[in-house]
Amino acid sequence: MSSDALSPSLDVRVNDFSIQIATVNGSGSQTANNVLMRSIFQMGVPVSGKNLFPSNIAGLPTWFTIRASAQGYTARRATNEMLILMNPETAKEDVQKADGGCLVIYDEPLKLEGLRNDLVYCPVPFQKIVTACCPEPKLHKLVKNMIYVGVTCFLLNIEPEEAKKAIAKQLKGKAKAIEINVAAIEAGFLWAKENIKNPSPLKVVRDNKTLGKIIVDGNEASAIGCMFAGVTVLAWYPITPASSLSESLIDYLEEYRKTPDGKSTYAVVQMEDELASAGAVLGAGWAGARSMTTTSGPGISLMSEFIGLGYFSEIPGVFFNVARTGPSTGLPTRTMQGDIDICAKCSHGDTLHINLYPGNMQECFEFAYQSFDLAERFQTPIFVVSDLDLGMQNWMSDPFSYPDKPYDRGKVLNQQQLSEIKEFARYRDVDNDGIPYRSLPGTPGGKGAYFTRGSGHNDRALYSEKPEDYVALVDRLKRKYYSAKSFVPKPILRGNGSDSGIIAFGSSDPAVIEAQDELGRMGRKVDYMRLRALPFTSEVDEFIKSKKMIYVVEQNRDGQMAGLFKEAYPADAAKFISILHYNGLALDAQSIVNEIVSKS
Amino acid sequence: MSNAPTASSVPPSNKLGLTKQDYVGSKSTLCAGCGHDSITAQLINAAWEMNIDATRVAKLSGIGCSSKTPAYFFNQAWGFNAVHGRMPSVATGASMANRNLINIGVSGDGDSMSIGLGQLCHMIRRNVPIVYIIEDNGVYGLTKGQFSATADKGSVLKYGSINSLEPIDPVTLAIELGCGFVARSFSGNPKQMNAILKAAFAYEGTSIIDIVSPCVTFNNHDSSTKSYKNIKDHEMPLHELGFVAFNELENVEIPAGESKTVSFPDGSKVTFRNIHENYDPTDAVAATKLIKESLSKNELLTGLLYIRPGSPDFNKVLNLVDEPLATLDLQALKPSPQVLSEIMESLT
Repeated sequence: MSSDALSPSLDVRVNDFSIQIATVNGSGSQTANNVLMRSIFQMGVPVSGKNLFPSNIAGLPTWFTIRASAQGYTARRATNEMLILMNPETAKEDVQKADGGCLVIYDEPLKLEGLRNDLVYCPVPFQKIVTACCPEPKLHKLVKNMIYVGVTCFLLNIEPEEAKKAIAKQLKGKAKAIEINVAAIEAGFLWAKENIKNPSPLKVVRDNKTLGKIIVDGNEASAIGCMFAGVTVLAWYPITPASSLSESLIDYLEEYRKTPDGKSTYAVVQMEDELASAGAVLGAGWAGARSMTTTSGPGISLMSEFIGLGYFSEIPGVFFNVARTGPSTGLPTRTMQGDIDICAKCSHGDTLHINLYPGNMQECFEFAYQSFDLAERFQTPIFVVSDLDLGMQNWMSDPFSYPDKPYDRGKVLNQQQLSEIKEFARYRDVDNDGIPYRSLPGTPGGKGAYFTRGSGHNDRALYSEKPEDYVALVDRLKRKYYSAKSFVPKPILRGNGSDSGIIAFGSSDPAVIEAQDELGRMGRKVDYMRLRALPFTSEVDEFIKSKKMIYVVEQNRDGQMAGLFKEAYPADAAKFISILHYNGLALDAQSIVNEIVSKS
Repeated sequence: MSNAPTASSVPPSNKLGLTKQDYVGSKSTLCAGCGHDSITAQLINAAWEMNIDATRVAKLSGIGCSSKTPAYFFNQAWGFNAVHGRMPSVATGASMANRNLINIGVSGDGDSMSIGLGQLCHMIRRNVPIVYIIEDNGVYGLTKGQFSATADKGSVLKYGSINSLEPIDPVTLAIELGCGFVARSFSGNPKQMNAILKAAFAYEGTSIIDIVSPCVTFNNHDSSTKSYKNIKDHEMPLHELGFVAFNELENVEIPAGESKTVSFPDGSKVTFRNIHENYDPTDAVAATKLIKESLSKNELLTGLLYIRPGSPDFNKVLNLVDEPLATLDLQALKPSPQVLSEIMESLT
């Protein structure tokens, strides 16, 4: 079929479809894809975008998926209704893998028609259009992408003005670039209008469901949270997919955390490696800073010796793990919830860590804010475990609320308080909550001085190898960890009354919500609890006790979270059934539904 | 060697009204005669003489015999015995958090030249304000005598292994990395150590002080190039001092600008080429040349070898506010609700 004969027999889908765009990495397509996504958003239709990119600067294939959903579902869908194929290397395979009935827009010279007869083809002469609309040949490769935005706007009934607005936002302040790209959108739109006669079955109809919403990625959301949390030391080392958290934070700090005379109320240092990042976080936390780092799995492995020191000698610090597909280099640009185990018990010996699992943009912001309070309250390394899907993809969100709560700087004795007590014992459990009092280096008077060490110590911080001192110390650390139960975020419950349940966490949330709804429509009512932190709180206990069967949905091979549940709830171990997803792609609802149906 | 000052009826006070006793720490648990204790003693002397406020001191160390010593001085200071070789990053963090701290790092040749070489290099590159002492004996003491990266080529271990690799020299490395205060001393030379440490306390930025401090327990056997006997039999390189028994060391005074053979009570001999106390070699190339030439003549060049004052330390480079970051309050750290509204607006 040719472009002037789109099949009218396709299912009409309004504000409910997925588009996949195949391009070459480094060709500037990301801007075009974001403009398209934002245009749909500005039309008032809930939208989500997934960039499936290679570990490469330029030349390898990349795919971007945009999902519009009137119902507000934002998870990746396994099926697409429309393909835009710009990459000659993958075009044939993309066609072969396409879902039946898919509308395929492609660069005309690729000549894809005839590969399959159950698809609808729409060849577009991109080179011809770009030559006509863009006078600068060296920009053609980049500008071509904006032409498919114009073509798509026509096909989907997206008002071109919205695309132009989106460009202006995306390329803020770059007048020349805006002008060239707007011309390309108009050229694409005009070409489609003149050459595509039949209406497309996919439509965007203006709605009001995105009113007041923002679009942000999780790394930026967390960066904003850290800035408001008063982070004072950021020690980091670049690693995908965590780098953009630090980079975004640096931008925000420069903008909003300087004094009027231009001095910094923060220190940022790009360390020589992740070991050094962890060391600087601990050094700074020990000396009283709100300190943090950002990393991913391989970085956590490198930091694990220091994290044990931080745990054992009780030093606050915030460790963001924006997880990717491991082990080793793994798939560095793909997502995974594969570091559950390592973050729960990072380091040698007996260690237990407070973990936060943000599940959406607001939580990326709020948990970042809260993590500093928890680190200082419990004097220990805190993990904020995000992943590539949350951290680097664009998500629609309600705007963030200002965190009114003042900072909790924890149990720190100042000079005055130190002078009033009889004896300062750094590791004594004065309040019977496992949390001792600390003093900051440099506090005048000298009464608070103590020696921090990773070796065995008694409650006065003196070196000790006595069995009773060691046992008292590690038992208190365990008590301290469990006393965090009443401080960490409680789980979110969705649905009640069923004797079977789903437990999931983090980036799985959108797919699980959609799966839960779908299972409901199929007559399989199932409750859902979204876990948000370690240690498990009493609400988690209750949920587990109340169910006969619990599907633990997680994005790794070994069911790491299910393992933590079985360990924590041995009497309920038989209830836990793992639903696993670990191919590097973001989780989709249909796979969850299929697996639950097959396992029940 | 004891940290306690010599007994007298009224111990003298410094300008802070403190006696040397106020600068001591816990009792040393190192081997009797260990050179590290002599360094500790000089740290106490230098700090007392320099009127250092010990409550502002952060004592930082890694792992090893040397790294234990911060427990043996300045009871009123905060100490941090970190992980093996990674103290420089801890110091970097602590320094950024509180720019008023006076940082003293104590490390060893294993800690700084092997496992921690990378961190040391980057700390120097950043010019983190710290007096960084490498207590250098060429062996791992705490794990019972394995070679370190400063061991001399050809030296022999207690159980027969011969070191076939060239040593890494901390001082030429530090100069190469742009360090603005590079010194080498010897734990048997208290006067010189004292002068160097006082100068280091006065210096802003990273000062690297390599102090050769022989291991009396693991490098004193007959087959070691560092044993007393071997030195006696051969004219050994001056930087191979680990063999010397230290129990009876005498104070060594070395005239400036000339070479001198120094005899120890046990008869071992070393030659020092010392530099004038006012010597101010700001030419890194010339300093490196002198050190290397000296080494090739089996001399151990000690003193303040290279100095280049005036480079801004890391906290200045970061343009930090005057108040320590650690004590900034909510007012200073938390932007207003208007800022959040502005950011949210930009994301709509």
